[in-house]
Amino acid sequence: VSPPGVTLAMPQCPGVAVAVVLSRQYGSEGRFTFTSHTPGEHQICLHSNSTRMALFAGGKVPLDIQVGEHTNNYPEIAAKDKLTELQLRARQLLDQVEQIQKEQNYQRYREERFRMTSESTNQRVLWWSIAQTIILILTGIWQMRHLKSFFEAKKLV
Amino acid sequence: MSPRGSRGPLPVLLLLWALAACEARASEITFELPDNAKQCFYEEIAQGTKCTLEFQVITGGHYDVDCRLEDPDGIVLYKEMKKQYDSFTFTASRNGTYKFCFSNEFSTFTHKTVYFDFQVGEDPPLFPSENRVTALTQMESACVSIHEALKSVIDYQTHFRLREAQGRSRAEDLNTRVAYWSIGEAIILLVVSVGQVFLLKSFFSDKRTTTTRVGS
Repeated sequence: VSPPGVTLAMPQCPGVAVAVVLSRQYGSEGRFTFTSHTPGEHQICLHSNSTRMALFAGGKVPLDIQVGEHTNNYPEIAAKDKLTELQLRARQLLDQVEQIQKEQNYQRYREERFRMTSESTNQRVLWWSIAQTIILILTGIWQMRHLKSFFEAKKLV
Repeated sequence: MSPRGSRGPLPVLLLLWALAACEARASEITFELPDNAKQCFYEEIAQGTKCTLEFQVITGGHYDVDCRLEDPDGIVLYKEMKKQYDSFTFTASRNGTYKFCFSNEFSTFTHKTVYFDFQVGEDPPLFPSENRVTALTQMESACVSIHEALKSVIDYQTHFRLREAQGRSRAEDLNTRVAYWSIGEAIILLVVSVGQVFLLKSFFSDKRTTTTRVGS
């Protein structure tokens, strides 16, 4: 539910690229559903162009977000599929277990990303340390040679 | 409300949100709290309802935030400064709009991401039209206890996911700082080595001219 003139934008950013999944303009009320296709952080932005917003209802926006198995309306499902009470309870448990599975998949994906990041960081640290040591040695050599030629020119050595 | 980390950064005018007033609701929201900002949420609660507010800071600075919960009369029910994580349960003493605010006003330049879970009342029954006069069968009570156990599994998973996000945020912070430090150090190294050589050379050049002057 949104007050007059509110735009709803849904950019999604797992990683770097930001892709707008959904962008809608609503009047005094709005409702939308979507299914996420990639794991990661999704952002929901509410934006209002209306100047009347601050005067309307003290600037409050009623908002309701439901995710995952809470989107299911069990009495409706029971009526549609004609389930007995026990079957409905079993259905609810199945939905919950599915939710748990999805979450575990997400954690497995996260762990994989983390492992890749760690390995690439490890590589970069190794190359950087080697490069820094080489720069240090080369600088030392340059310093000595430069000074030696300088002193020889000044006939001090 | 189950966990995909959906978050709502509010770019503009809206500072106040109201969650839809209803019995037996649970809302989880992860939102962004800019520096020196305060964000308030409102909920209409009926008298005698048991409510739980739980919050955790996910990214930003020292991972702490101020939290404050007020009843419709303005009496402060809960107030904590600079907390990383906390959970507070209360029973609504009267009808009205309860308000809770998160404040980042003590911070000058760090944005914070805060997760909160506000639970109003118990879960809605599966069969709202029924009037439970008969006792549950064994199968049904087994289902109920499995349901409760799974709910706590999902809750633990949410906390684990938040911990992982927090750890990742700290690691990325550290990574940026180490990268800048390494580049800075390399530049300082080069500047110092070149500077040393030229400074040394300048000592010997000056001395020679001074000696000549003194001589004549």
